[in-house]
Amino acid sequence: MAYNPQLNANGELQHLLTIEGLPRAVILHILDTAHSFLSVAEREIKKVPLLRGKSVFNLFFESSTRTRTTFEIAAKRLSADVINLNVGTSSQSKGETLLDTVANLSAMHADMFVVRHGQSGAAHLIARHVAPYIHVINAGDGRHAHPTQGLLDMFTIRHYKKEFSGLRVAIVGDVLHSRVARSQIHALTTLGVPEVRVIGPRTLLPANVAELGVQVHHDMAQGLKDADVVIMLRLQNERMNGALLPSAQEFFKHYGLTPEKLALAKSDAIVMHPGPMNRGVEIDSSVADGGQSVILPQVTFGIAVRMAVMSILAGNS
Amino acid sequence: MPLPDAEALLERLIQQMRPHVGAEARLIGIHTGGVWLAHRLHQALGLAQPLGTMDVSFYRDDYGSRGLNPRVKPSDIPFEIAGADVILVDDVLYTGRTIRAALNELFDYGRPQRVRLAALVDRGGRELPIAPQFLAAELQVGDDEQIELKRSDDGRLSLVVNAAGSTA
Repeated sequence: MAYNPQLNANGELQHLLTIEGLPRAVILHILDTAHSFLSVAEREIKKVPLLRGKSVFNLFFESSTRTRTTFEIAAKRLSADVINLNVGTSSQSKGETLLDTVANLSAMHADMFVVRHGQSGAAHLIARHVAPYIHVINAGDGRHAHPTQGLLDMFTIRHYKKEFSGLRVAIVGDVLHSRVARSQIHALTTLGVPEVRVIGPRTLLPANVAELGVQVHHDMAQGLKDADVVIMLRLQNERMNGALLPSAQEFFKHYGLTPEKLALAKSDAIVMHPGPMNRGVEIDSSVADGGQSVILPQVTFGIAVRMAVMSILAGNS
Repeated sequence: MPLPDAEALLERLIQQMRPHVGAEARLIGIHTGGVWLAHRLHQALGLAQPLGTMDVSFYRDDYGSRGLNPRVKPSDIPFEIAGADVILVDDVLYTGRTIRAALNELFDYGRPQRVRLAALVDRGGRELPIAPQFLAAELQVGDDEQIELKRSDDGRLSLVVNAAGSTA
C-alpha cells in the first residue's frame, strides 16, 4: 500500500485528512460505527464516556456554523471537553504562525485538533508536526477536501439507498471551488458507485475532472436523467459577480434544481445539499422543503459520523 | 474437561427463571452470545415486552488501551427503562467488566426499578463486585483459556474453549 499520512504503522486511522486514498474498508468501518452512534441521540442521556478527559480543540481559521457546531456536539456527546477557537480573530491576526498556534495548544494538553483553514494542505501540515498521540481531523481546507462532509453524505446515501452498487449519483453546480465535491467523488468511486456525474457550466467544472472517474455534463436534462441521488452544491456568492457567471438568475435558470428538473431523475431519487443553501440560486424552495429532500437528515447523520471518526481516531493511540 | 451441553444449560436457566420473572420483565441481551440467549429465554418465558439488545463497546473500560471495537453494533432498547424490571442476559460471566459497562449504559436510558443478571456460565475470575441472580453452571477454566458461546445455522447453542486472546 502507498504511504498514507493518515494511517499509522498498523494501517489504522491516525488522522482524517482526506478521503482520497482511504481504503474502502476504513470508510465502511466509519459508516458502520456511525450507525451505532445514531441511537445514542434518541436516549434520555445523549452521551457516551469514550472521550472523557480528552480535550478537543476546534481550530477554525475560516468561519463556519454548521460544521463547527456539529463537531462540537459530536465531541460533547463523546464526553470530551471542547475548546472552540475562532483563530481568525485571535493570535494569527497578531502575527503568530499556524504551527506556533498549534504548538501552544499542544502545550495545553490538546488530544485532538479539528481544523478548518482557507489554505489547502493546512490540516496535513499540522498532522505532520503534532506529537504522535494527537489526532487531527480536517474540517475543510481550501478547495482540497472536507472528508467528514463526504463521509456523512455516503452515510446518507447508504441510509436511503442501502447499497452503493448500481447507483447513479449526480453532483450539480460549482464543482470547481468545492472541496465537498472532491471528497464526495473520491468516496463514491472508492465505494463502487458505478456512475458518478458532475453537472455544471464549463467555467465551474475543473478542466481535468473526468480523470477522477466521473461523467461530465453541461446540460441538466442529460445529467439528471434516471439519477438515484442528486447532490446540489452551494454556489458561493462571491463567484456570482466575477467572470465565471453572468448572474444568479441565469445560473438558476440553467442549473437550479426545480421540481420540473428533478422530475427527470428517478421518482425515488433523493436530493442532498451540504449547506448553507442559497434558495432560488442553486435550489428551488419547493425542492429543498419537498418530500425527496434529505438535507436536514444529512445534518443529523453528520453528528453520528463525526462521533464515529473521533472515537475511532482517539482509540488508535 | 468436557464442556456441558449449552442447550441443557439453557433449559436449566429457563426453569430457574420461570418462577421469578413476571410477564412485564424486560430482557436485554448483551452482544453477541447474550443476544442469542435472550432470544431463546424471551420465547420460552413468554414475555409481553419486546426484547432489548445492547452493545457495550461505547462503555468499555479498555477503550483507552484497545481502542474502539471495530464490530460495534447499535444498542436497541425498544421500551422505557425508567421504572422497568430489567434482566440483563450474558453468555459467560468472567471479570464482571462487561456487566459494569452494561449497567452504565442502561442508566443513560433512565432509572430502572430493578436490574437482575442472568448468565449461562460463570467461569470465576471476578474483578468487580458483580454476581448473577440466575445462573446455569459454574465452570473451572484456566486463565489462558476462553469460553465462547457459538450458534449453529439451525440455531443450536454450544460452548467451545479457545486459547485466550484469539477473539474479542
